[in-house]
Amino acid sequence: MKKKFRAAGKTARSNFLTFGIVVAAYIIIMALQSGGMISSAMSGLMVPICAYIVMAVSLNLTVGIMGNLSLGHAGFMSVGAFVGVITAMSLQASIPSGPLRLALSMAVGGLCAGIVSLIVVIPVLRLQGDYLAIVTLAFGEIIKNIVNCLYVGLDKNGLHFTMKNAMALNLDAATGKKIMQGPMGAVGITKLSSLTAGFILIILSLIVVLNLINSRAGRAIMSLRDNRIAAESIGISPARYKIMAFVTSAVLAGMAGTLYAMNFSSILAKKFDFNTSILVLVFVVLGGMGNIRGSIIAAAVLTVLPEMLRQFADYRMLIYAIVLILVMLITNNPRTKQLLAKIRSPKSGKEETEHVL
Amino acid sequence: MFSKLVNVPSGAMIPDRDIDKSPILECINLGITFGGLKAVENFNLTIGRTEIAGLIGPNGAGKTTVFNLLTKVYQPTKGTILLDGTDTHGMNTIQVNRAGIARTFQNIRLFSNLSVEDNVKAGMDNAMKYNMWEGIFRLPRYHKEEKIAHDRALELLSIFDMQDLASAKSGSLPYGAQRRLEIVRALATNPSLLLLDEPAAGMNPSETAELMENIRKIRDTFQIAVLLIEHDMKLVMNICEGICVLNFGHVIAKGSPEEIQANPAVIEAYLGKKKEA
Ligand SMILES: Nc1ncnc2c1ncn2[C@@H]1O[C@H](COP(=O)(O)OP(=O)(O)O)[C@@H](O)[C@H]1O
Ligand SMILES: [Mg+2]
Repeated sequence: MKKKFRAAGKTARSNFLTFGIVVAAYIIIMALQSGGMISSAMSGLMVPICAYIVMAVSLNLTVGIMGNLSLGHAGFMSVGAFVGVITAMSLQASIPSGPLRLALSMAVGGLCAGIVSLIVVIPVLRLQGDYLAIVTLAFGEIIKNIVNCLYVGLDKNGLHFTMKNAMALNLDAATGKKIMQGPMGAVGITKLSSLTAGFILIILSLIVVLNLINSRAGRAIMSLRDNRIAAESIGISPARYKIMAFVTSAVLAGMAGTLYAMNFSSILAKKFDFNTSILVLVFVVLGGMGNIRGSIIAAAVLTVLPEMLRQFADYRMLIYAIVLILVMLITNNPRTKQLLAKIRSPKSGKEETEHVL
Repeated sequence: MFSKLVNVPSGAMIPDRDIDKSPILECINLGITFGGLKAVENFNLTIGRTEIAGLIGPNGAGKTTVFNLLTKVYQPTKGTILLDGTDTHGMNTIQVNRAGIARTFQNIRLFSNLSVEDNVKAGMDNAMKYNMWEGIFRLPRYHKEEKIAHDRALELLSIFDMQDLASAKSGSLPYGAQRRLEIVRALATNPSLLLLDEPAAGMNPSETAELMENIRKIRDTFQIAVLLIEHDMKLVMNICEGICVLNFGHVIAKGSPEEIQANPAVIEAYLGKKKEA
């Protein structure tokens, strides 16, 4: 009896710690910021950090929990970013409240990313490993290229879309406003994002992802990952659960995209390319597959690190790369892994070795 | 939602062979060809509702292939499978499980990164009703069903006295415990027919004896049919009420343990070889 409560308590405690870290970090940063103790460069990083954390947490759902390598996560971020920007600009007149407009834009951005993911989920259901990686990579590139030649404008008649050029938008001369200008990206964005908005989005994504993992859906998704044939033999349908996890992951990425885009006055499609997908994947791998807290910490540290290394000028990225390699080596070393496990819970560490024997 | 786990004392009254009363499983001329190889041909088998049946034969005879046909891991190229009178033609693995067949695997297939308890609970997924949102927002139905699942998982694990291992990672269990966990996971789906592929493989004699006792207990408790593949002759002859012998994909004998032991074809194909070795 005691044992079972300890087991149930373990995940609950772990999740509680994850939330605790996020809340504590938020309070400390807010305090430091109001005391003027954070440089403006660092302050500018706060929203991107939040966006990357949500990206990493949501990608971990696909890669770590579901076990499907995805190289196109930035594609969903891109959809969310530009749809969010268009939504926010369209609502500018009708909804004066900034936070409400941001929340609505995020919802629409996330929704659209989710709809787009329904197309990508088809190969996800059929392919594995390298093949799936290539398909998702291609998806990311397709999104980037579509956004790159998309022109969107707004006038008194509503939204105008074209793939040709700015002139083809046929905007009303007096009330017309260009929102997206092909390769020049989205321009004239009213900055709505804030650290608080980012914090709320992180908490929301944690509630969704952690509770999803610790429910029947998470169990089913992980059992499909561990052994598909056995999972089917006990009646678990791969399609249903994989769609659930993949779409959830995409919706969160879309919301992160809106948050990210609404932090700048202009934004390019290039911002959400293959490199961004890889960057987020690095956060996930470094933080540990399936380890949500690890993803959060890795995303925050690795986004701040280049900024901290600015004084090393040209050697910045070199040092960044070396740090990455070192961390990978250390965290994947069996000895340090054992040591870390011991530090985390000396009792359960012993238990586990007993079972192996 | 879940069937109740009633504790019928082991060795309770079980009808001898109830094949004649509507059987749970009927295979009619079942067959499959891999390339040119006829792995299983003209396979006919009937299993009673609460029968423990054995499927034996030399290595490569096609025993596991029969399980894969029954569970639709492979679609049969020929023949019919009637489960509780219903043709399973066109069903996939998932649907066959929902219809009542659960199995274990010769090469253990656990969800090795999940805890023992979660492996069992995964088997109850189909019995659960709460949806994704109820799970995410921890609504009442989530708590209610997870509590039932937790209690039932411990109850099922207690068949093999494994309830204390509930929070252990399944991949770190000893070999024998992994085999037992596979049986528990299969039971969690509430099957009417349990297929066990070499459940005693790798177990020592005392573990095997205990397993035998437990297989019987499972049948008595849940009143289900069991079809098992096993090389341990003692186990098979001891607990099976009916035995089917396969050789090179063909059924060469069927009958009670006594009949099988006396069958010359079986002795030649299977038992005879054993004696020589
Ligand atoms: N997927 C497959 N493709 C080709 N041949 C197979 C396949 N599965 C099984 N076989 C062949 O079918 C025969 C029976 O195998 P199996 O059913 O595993 O035997 P066993 O009775 O030892 O369980 C073997 O000759 C095996 O090589
Ligand atoms: Mg076999």
